[in-house]
Amino acid sequence: MTEPNQNPSGQIDLDAAYRESKIDLLLDELNRDLVGLTPVKTRVREIAALLLIARLRERAGLDAGRLSLHMSFTGNPGTGKTTVAMRMAKILHHLGYVRKGHLVVATRDDLVGQYVGHTAPKTKEMLKKAMGGVLFIDEAYYLYRPENERDYGQEAIEMLLQAMENQRDDFVVILAGYRDRMDTFFQANPGFHSRVAHHLDFPDYSLDELMQIADLMVDLQHYTFDDHSRPAFLEYLERRVLQPHFANARSVRNALDRIKLRQANRLVRQGGSISLAELTRIDDADVRASRVFAGSSDQTSDG
Amino acid sequence: MRITQGTFSYLPDLTDVEIKAQIQYCLDHEWPISIEYTDDPHPRNVYWDMFGLPMFDIKDPAAIMQTLAECKATFPNHYIRVNGFDRSHGRATTALQFIVNRPAYEPGFYVDRQEVSDRQIRYTIRSYAVDRPVGHRYEEK
Repeated sequence: MTEPNQNPSGQIDLDAAYRESKIDLLLDELNRDLVGLTPVKTRVREIAALLLIARLRERAGLDAGRLSLHMSFTGNPGTGKTTVAMRMAKILHHLGYVRKGHLVVATRDDLVGQYVGHTAPKTKEMLKKAMGGVLFIDEAYYLYRPENERDYGQEAIEMLLQAMENQRDDFVVILAGYRDRMDTFFQANPGFHSRVAHHLDFPDYSLDELMQIADLMVDLQHYTFDDHSRPAFLEYLERRVLQPHFANARSVRNALDRIKLRQANRLVRQGGSISLAELTRIDDADVRASRVFAGSSDQTSDG
Repeated sequence: MRITQGTFSYLPDLTDVEIKAQIQYCLDHEWPISIEYTDDPHPRNVYWDMFGLPMFDIKDPAAIMQTLAECKATFPNHYIRVNGFDRSHGRATTALQFIVNRPAYEPGFYVDRQEVSDRQIRYTIRSYAVDRPVGHRYEEK
């Protein structure tokens, strides 16, 4: 990159290095686009600082060896694990830790084969694709199936462990999944636990945060809530949170998708000519038509 | 006799750093890379064997260097070349191809002159190495 920020007296200008890395741009973007997730954001900031200092040390000739930056993201569905992983790849690339900064998403299917000798080439192929970037393994605990001792997942785990150790220069591995099952997974595979330096826990969103997410999504898709539909949606969320299969931001997105459907239907049925504002407005009725309002809370559908 | 062919035939053998830089160039142009080997280096032999599969969706040259190292370990005494294939519409051809490994000892070729009618001469070039069976052509004696 650029020359060391070192003035003649041997002082290193941290502010200049920080500005020059443009890392605050990425972090601000993270703050703006992702609602809540304070502990995660703090941790990302810390990692960014660590990398910045590591780079300055490297320039000054203080070799501390290669940092291990493999991570595990745990949290309930829809808490933003994949989104943060994508941002993380960008940040790591920006700070020069990985060479390309792309994200390769893999699940058990992409790593584990179906017959003897099928697993190693598959895993190797994924590792090769992820080189220079981040390998994101979603629902990592599916790799390990203790009930079947001849399961090929173990082979993939061994290859991953080896690559995480020997090819630290080439990629970063992020393991993701639900909290409790990841804990069991790490207990059963102590090798993973010791090679993963950063454990990030994604908290569930509060009702307030969910509403902020909904506002953000509605805005991005060029729709608007009116004075009645916004409180109605908040009420919807209050009820939806208590129902089973609630998946945080993902449920909000699904709900909005269905509201859009109802809005379109309403407009078509209504016919005639409408204003542009009417085309973007979400009506109270669009929200209230949801099955969540229909009654008993024992409904399991995602309506 | 040192055999040369392909894009950098006029240059000395590339170092690993140089090979990596060329691979990066291919990836920058979205040319998938493949690695081929042979022990029959006759200039008209275009059918070399491919090592593994063509490598699509690779972003970083380190992955290809790793495969190349495997190929070299498997075939230390073969000719190995790297191909960059341009699949873009209207081109669809090998865009870049260069030798990255060669046997320690290359005996070279001899010219076979066949006299036919009317004192015409037909020339054939043959590699000294191909007298031996495939896979054993460049082994240490």
